[in-house]
Amino acid sequence: MKILNAQNIEVKYQAENGEITALHNIVFSVEKGEFVSIVGPSGCGKSTLLSVIAGLITPNKGSVEVCGEKVTGISQHIGYMLQNDNLLEWRTIWQNVLLGLEIQNKLTPQNKERAKKLLENYGLAGFEQKYPSQLSGGMRQRVALIRTLAVDPDILLLDEAFSALDFQTRLEVTDDVYSILKNENKTTLMVTHDISEAISMGDRIMLLSQRPASIKEIINVDFGTDKRIPTACRTTAGFTEYFDYIWKELKAYG
Amino acid sequence: MDKSTVSAERAVYLKKQQREKRLITLCRIGFLLLFIVLWELAAAVGWIDSFILSQPTRIVKTLFNVADNDLHLHIAVTVFETLAGFALGAVLGCIAAVVLWWSDFVSKVCEPYLVVLNSLPKIALGPVIIIIAGAGTKAIIFMALAISLVVTVMEMLSGFRSTSPELIKMAVTFGAQKRQIFQKIVFPANINTLFNSLKINIGLSLVGVIAGEFLVSKAGLGYLIVYGGQVFKMDIVMASVIILAAAAAVMYEGVILLQRLVMRFYRYR
Ligand SMILES: Nc1ncnc2c1ncn2[C@@H]1O[C@H](COP(=O)(O)OP(=O)(O)OP(=O)(O)O)[C@@H](O)[C@H]1O
Ligand SMILES: [Mg+2]
Repeated sequence: MKILNAQNIEVKYQAENGEITALHNIVFSVEKGEFVSIVGPSGCGKSTLLSVIAGLITPNKGSVEVCGEKVTGISQHIGYMLQNDNLLEWRTIWQNVLLGLEIQNKLTPQNKERAKKLLENYGLAGFEQKYPSQLSGGMRQRVALIRTLAVDPDILLLDEAFSALDFQTRLEVTDDVYSILKNENKTTLMVTHDISEAISMGDRIMLLSQRPASIKEIINVDFGTDKRIPTACRTTAGFTEYFDYIWKELKAYG
Repeated sequence: MDKSTVSAERAVYLKKQQREKRLITLCRIGFLLLFIVLWELAAAVGWIDSFILSQPTRIVKTLFNVADNDLHLHIAVTVFETLAGFALGAVLGCIAAVVLWWSDFVSKVCEPYLVVLNSLPKIALGPVIIIIAGAGTKAIIFMALAISLVVTVMEMLSGFRSTSPELIKMAVTFGAQKRQIFQKIVFPANINTLFNSLKINIGLSLVGVIAGEFLVSKAGLGYLIVYGGQVFKMDIVMASVIILAAAAAVMYEGVILLQRLVMRFYRYR
């Protein structure tokens, strides 16, 4: 089942000193439960693409359908994670996790129970009354993910969500996040600058061209297993081939 | 840091720190005492004219003759006027800042006026304020308000505006409305800004009140200072100034106390 369908998206930014075309003729679709990595030269329009899907930006041309509905504003089907965990320092972990539900007026006992389960399942039981400053970077990122999952979105958008973490934490967090997302059977689109990260997590990798970004190629990634561990994938032989290929492609127009 | 296992080096370091702290306190008090003693001595010996420059013992005597000079009344009047101006300035300033944050258009329209108002010495408006509000308490509170208001607006607005755009984007992706963004992100992120501006304001309100009392009042420490100057009772002037300094410090500490209480409630760190 196609959960996301993007058709001929074009986005132009207007500024006083001129017009910038960020996206041009973007066409793709995503199946439910898929993990799609998006890579491309910096400034090409990756974040713009996610913003369009989330309904933060209305495209000048084309349209996006999520779960069969055309996106016309902030879509409740979408969960968005940014580069920083953006936890509110003045709220406890529990209050942070409930933020999305609070904003959407969905603080029902069932939803709270679900949020609690998520915290328990993903190693954060007992931290509910702590404050973000008392948690490690990796834990904070997990809290941010749970805050996003608490509103039960169908599609998750990650915009360089791990790039603020140090390398070791980053590897750990990718494993955690990957297993959480697969566990919850979420569809994910992840923008990253890290080619290894893109390969190790993605079922498919979308390569974008220089600005105005259009889709250069979509690469299927197959490690011969359904249940992979991202960090473990990095050591397989296939991995290097994917890496070299994408590296060459990016360099070709970078 | 584990207290039970302090290394020898650390013990030496801590001791040195403590000694320095004590020395600083000692010097502070010593300096004040020296100043007072010298002043008293100079007046007693006749190096300075105690009629013009007053004298510590005479100031103390004035301070203790509270009833004679109606000091308590004057203190109450000044403190009341200051707190009234302060509270009004804080509330109105915050409201104005919220409006300006809310509407980019309004804030762009108002910007040049704010800049001019901010650089204008508000005391120059004194006569106008007196004509509008009448020569009384109202005019004095108005003066305090005029001085503290614009600063509050500017301070709060710049705080609101510097709220992390990432935090706001995060809330927006959950579908937050402008009101929710303000309530849940922008305002709590600026509790510190609020208290910093309150701390500045309590001082500014006092400036406004004293300036106002110089111009129109029949009571208050500002009035007392002017009166004392006119009848050449320097003891009263000096005593008033000392009380003023104490009152200002107490009110400032009051704001800090309030901040602590609110922070505990908010659990902000
Ligand atoms: N609000 C805006 N107004 C005008 N131009 C913008 C705006 N946002 C982005 N742009 C421009 O559009 C282009 C694409 O931006 P975008 O942030 O989508 O790129 P990106 O691929 O995410 O970049 P990065 O790799 O740095 O994250 C950039 O050249 C940027 O300067
Ligand atoms: Mg980006």
